[in-house]
Amino acid sequence: MSHIKLELKPEQVAKIKEICKSFNNDPGELINVLHKTQETFGYLPAEVQEVVAAELNISVAKVYGVVTFYSFFTMIPKGKHPISICTGTACYVRGAEKVLDEFKRILDVKVGETTPDGKFSLNCLRCVGACGLAPVVLIGEKVYGRVSPDGVKDILKEYEEQ
Amino acid sequence: MTMETIKLTIDNKQVEVPKGTTIYKAAKKLGIDIPVLCYMDLHDLGVENKPAGCRVCVVEVEGRRNLAPSCATECAEGMVVKTHTTRVINARRTVMELILSDHPKDCLTCPKSGRCDLQNMAVKLGIREIPGQEYAEMSTYKKDFSPSIIRDVDKCIMCRRCETMCNTVQTVGALSAVNRGFMAVVAPAFEQDLEKSPCTYCGQCVAVCPTGALTEVDHTTKVIRAIADPTKTVLVQTAPAVRAALGEEFGMKPGTLVTGKMVAALRQIGFDYVFDTDFAADLTIMEEGTELLDRLTRFLNGDKSVKLPILTSCCPGWVNFFEHNFTDMLDVPSSAKSPQQMFGAIAKSYFADKLGKKREELVVVSVMPCLAKKYECQRDEFKHDGNPDVDFSISTRELAHLIKEFNINFEDLPDEDFDRPLGESTGAGVIFGATGGVIEAAVRTAYELYTVKPLPKIDFTELRGMEGIRSATIDFNGLPINIGIAHGLGNARKLLEDVRSGKANYHAIEVMACPGGCIGGGGQPLHHGNSAIIKARMEAIYREDAGKPIRKSHENPYIVKLYEEFLGKPMSEKAHHLLHTHYFSKKKDIYIK
Ligand code: SF4
Ligand code: SF4
Ligand code: SF4
Ligand code: FES
Ligand code: FES
Repeated sequence: MSHIKLELKPEQVAKIKEICKSFNNDPGELINVLHKTQETFGYLPAEVQEVVAAELNISVAKVYGVVTFYSFFTMIPKGKHPISICTGTACYVRGAEKVLDEFKRILDVKVGETTPDGKFSLNCLRCVGACGLAPVVLIGEKVYGRVSPDGVKDILKEYEEQ
Repeated sequence: MTMETIKLTIDNKQVEVPKGTTIYKAAKKLGIDIPVLCYMDLHDLGVENKPAGCRVCVVEVEGRRNLAPSCATECAEGMVVKTHTTRVINARRTVMELILSDHPKDCLTCPKSGRCDLQNMAVKLGIREIPGQEYAEMSTYKKDFSPSIIRDVDKCIMCRRCETMCNTVQTVGALSAVNRGFMAVVAPAFEQDLEKSPCTYCGQCVAVCPTGALTEVDHTTKVIRAIADPTKTVLVQTAPAVRAALGEEFGMKPGTLVTGKMVAALRQIGFDYVFDTDFAADLTIMEEGTELLDRLTRFLNGDKSVKLPILTSCCPGWVNFFEHNFTDMLDVPSSAKSPQQMFGAIAKSYFADKLGKKREELVVVSVMPCLAKKYECQRDEFKHDGNPDVDFSISTRELAHLIKEFNINFEDLPDEDFDRPLGESTGAGVIFGATGGVIEAAVRTAYELYTVKPLPKIDFTELRGMEGIRSATIDFNGLPINIGIAHGLGNARKLLEDVRSGKANYHAIEVMACPGGCIGGGGQPLHHGNSAIIKARMEAIYREDAGKPIRKSHENPYIVKLYEEFLGKPMSEKAHHLLHTHYFSKKKDIYIK
């Protein structure tokens, strides 16, 4: 997986070390450490994983293995406007996939990715409990219901000048 | 103390086993071979790979709704197990079909073909078609080429044996299971190439991978071309461990020594000179032994700048390991090159002069039990204006393949002897192939050089064995020399950490990356974790040593002559230039501590 090379600032390294320490640098707490670290940084870039590995005295490969195994960990920073598309049963049946495809096409990203300008990130969700509005799309806190593929362009327009 | 035992029935046969035994092992006791794929038992290393992932080993247990993976299910009192009911057989086939649905159908050209556990399993289970092929989408990854190892993870079946070797046995941590579901494979961190990982190229992962996902870089074609090139003089050197294992590839019993047949085969293949790495092993002892004595005397005279213990440096897997993990101790290992590299350096200087040829006209091929040697021979410090001292390193397995491809009937070959001068060796050179051998060879020479007395006995049995970490004190005529030995990188790590913390107090330490030493190397015929095979090879090595007329490196007449005619004395300026090296830190600066 390619990623943008990033220099960690000393205070960021200190923060990761602090998190590891709060779990006694226990390798058995890796998942919890990663959770806390992601909460702090928003995502888990390679450099962050390397520091965690060094602190918990485990291999970087192992840390990466865990990060890629659990879908709630991400190595990609969320966009300024995170887009989540519900692919729960109701939404799926009412054409969520076509909506998703349209987002992918216009933004030219895959699910789990962020546009190069950092503006939008694209993700899928399970049922968000608004089945009556299916198919449902969330952008940030805002909920869009009964979205059709044709409507995608207009929705994205709302975020143009921001 | 009586061990608690359990009685159960497998395929209508009664068996009694100690508590904690798995169904798979209990069945084995009855002579029933339940098929396993992901499971791997390295009992002598105390390591088992038991992810219970593939489910090929399922059996029916009376009273249980689900089939049980026999490799991971413990026996219980009164259990009734069936290993080949229709349900079991169907389940096994389905499991195989599933695995194969995401596996390339490359058998005709796959380097593992004929020795692949997955292929054998498909044959055993009579798989004739793979349903659902039309829809099956296959995951595809790019191939990863490193100097020693090729990763073709499209062929990875997630048995995780390599991970067990790399992480548990070797403690290198280059590999981990990554991703999930369909895309799950074993890979280095961030799915980067092996070259960017802390991999040491020890090849132990290759040795256990059941499929073509991990294989060695094959240089046989380049060797064939070099031999066919009339402008080249092609030399071959063979490492000590090769002669103790090569026969296995031709169906011979493990532990059969095939030194003479191997030499004959190499001549028939067409090498111009058939030489022995053992000669260079003797040379290594001259340099390393002298270095040990030099450091020791300076240390005893109170020189505080001297580092002890001295660590052996003839294993390139081990060198890679300390260049990654013990970067604060880079001045501790001996600066002596490995025998492979010493051979190359002497061949392309001393011997080239003798032939009246330029180094570029010579091609040096090495036959090694090792995959790390492929990487080693292309390190920049072992090249001269871009021309490597050793051009190609091929494994024992590759040599076996060459012999077969050249239509040679190996079993019927007469014994032949190595060429001179670089083919003469002593028993000390031979035992380099087994754990403890390098240090025993060094002791044989260092003792006599230090005490100026003949050794009372040549065999140092206290240095031999399969124990992962060993130590012994050898009496140098009143001076006790503490010796440490580790084989397998996990053991090496433990030993080195004790040295670093000051807990261990040694004068000299031998480390070999592979369990058992080079006889268990990553380029040897696959032993599938069967340590009886390693032990048989080890016995063969010591047998060869015992049968040699000369058993101390410094008594090798051609070594004596080499110093007289060319090098001067051990650690002379010329020897330094040709036979010694230095080490680099490969630690990534990101590990901010
Ligand atoms: S690379 Fe080979 S040994 Fe490793 S998990 Fe895949 S199939 Fe198993
Ligand atoms: S060659 Fe050795 S160090 Fe490298 S990945 Fe394989 S087991 Fe690990
Ligand atoms: S122990 Fe021998 S085979 Fe294994 S890496 Fe070292 S030199 Fe190579
Ligand atoms: S399925 Fe999408 S909101 Fe319930
Ligand atoms: S061999 Fe038992 S689950 Fe793979």
